[in-house]
Amino acid sequence: MGDFEPVIVAFCCHYCAYTAADMAGSMRLNYPSNVNIVRVPCSGKIDVKHILRALQNGADGVYVAGCLEGDCHFKNGNVKAARRVAYAKKLLDEIGIGGDRVEMVTMSAGMGERFARTATDITEKIRALGPNPVKNALAKKRQS
Amino acid sequence: MITAERKPMEEILEFVRPYSRILLVGCNECVTVCAAGGRKEVGILSAGLQMALMKEGKTLDVKEVTLERQCDPEYVEELVTYIDQADIILSMACGCGVQEIARRYKEKPVYPALNTKFMGASERQGIWAERCQGCGDCLLGITGGICPIARCSKRIMNGPCGGSTQGKCEISSDVDCVWQLIWDRLKALGMENRYEDIMAAKDWRSSRDGGPRKIIREDLAE
Repeated sequence: MGDFEPVIVAFCCHYCAYTAADMAGSMRLNYPSNVNIVRVPCSGKIDVKHILRALQNGADGVYVAGCLEGDCHFKNGNVKAARRVAYAKKLLDEIGIGGDRVEMVTMSAGMGERFARTATDITEKIRALGPNPVKNALAKKRQS
Repeated sequence: MITAERKPMEEILEFVRPYSRILLVGCNECVTVCAAGGRKEVGILSAGLQMALMKEGKTLDVKEVTLERQCDPEYVEELVTYIDQADIILSMACGCGVQEIARRYKEKPVYPALNTKFMGASERQGIWAERCQGCGDCLLGITGGICPIARCSKRIMNGPCGGSTQGKCEISSDVDCVWQLIWDRLKALGMENRYEDIMAAKDWRSSRDGGPRKIIREDLAE
């Protein structure tokens, strides 16, 4: 477990978290390379299905990063995303994968520091949870 | 629309555990609108089932198909291409769709992934409420377009009953007294006199009490 490096998928809104990631870079802030960013036009674009597919294909953790409440470029995409993340968490608990592997976070485009801290915190949290339980089956399937 | 909700995952997992190849079939009609069994929900359930079984060390091949309508034979026929590659069919349609598949593909077990609930309407995004019980003898024309059969807890024909308090039903403060709604509506329409008419006892033979029902349109039936 000591050398476990989690794979994290971060769905980042173009108008906030993605720009915040850029800001983190400009500020020369370090954040774990475990985080794989997928840029989306709005966090509201993310559906439960995207979250589940990421986990099914081997991600150890997923988070959706949207704008601060009230700041969504498309009015309320971030609120919708938060509800979908909550639904995904419930479903993952139901099937024993664990809802803790999924999170919703919010930030503004200028919060480079929060982006780096969130990436670090979530990576550490998933590292503590251990590998996604479907990974063994996935490895076997890929071998065959 | 016909409304439905997904069964608990454990119940669906019980259906699929003995098998390794399933045909997961959604429906583009009512269950898509009530977000229970459309293409999106098929994808979510497919991912959920596969992950649950992978965790148990098993693999599950899922073929995802969403038909235009599962309650019509011509659409159900489209499954013929996939049927041989599946051990079972898991349907995400209402009970009508599940039965249509069972009728057509007699050699394959069919399981429902949804619990069919009621005929209802969207109150707002994400909330559906019962509106019709299909009694077979519509009386909305005399009740101001509001149904006492589907929306009164007692299905009372000449209400309200003594359990109506400040416009709410005695079963819950979240449930409107439908007879209050009917009265308010008739008043707004200036048709209060209609409220005074006593409705005769309903003939329930046109409803389920007359046994399973069928419509035959001779001008259309072949």
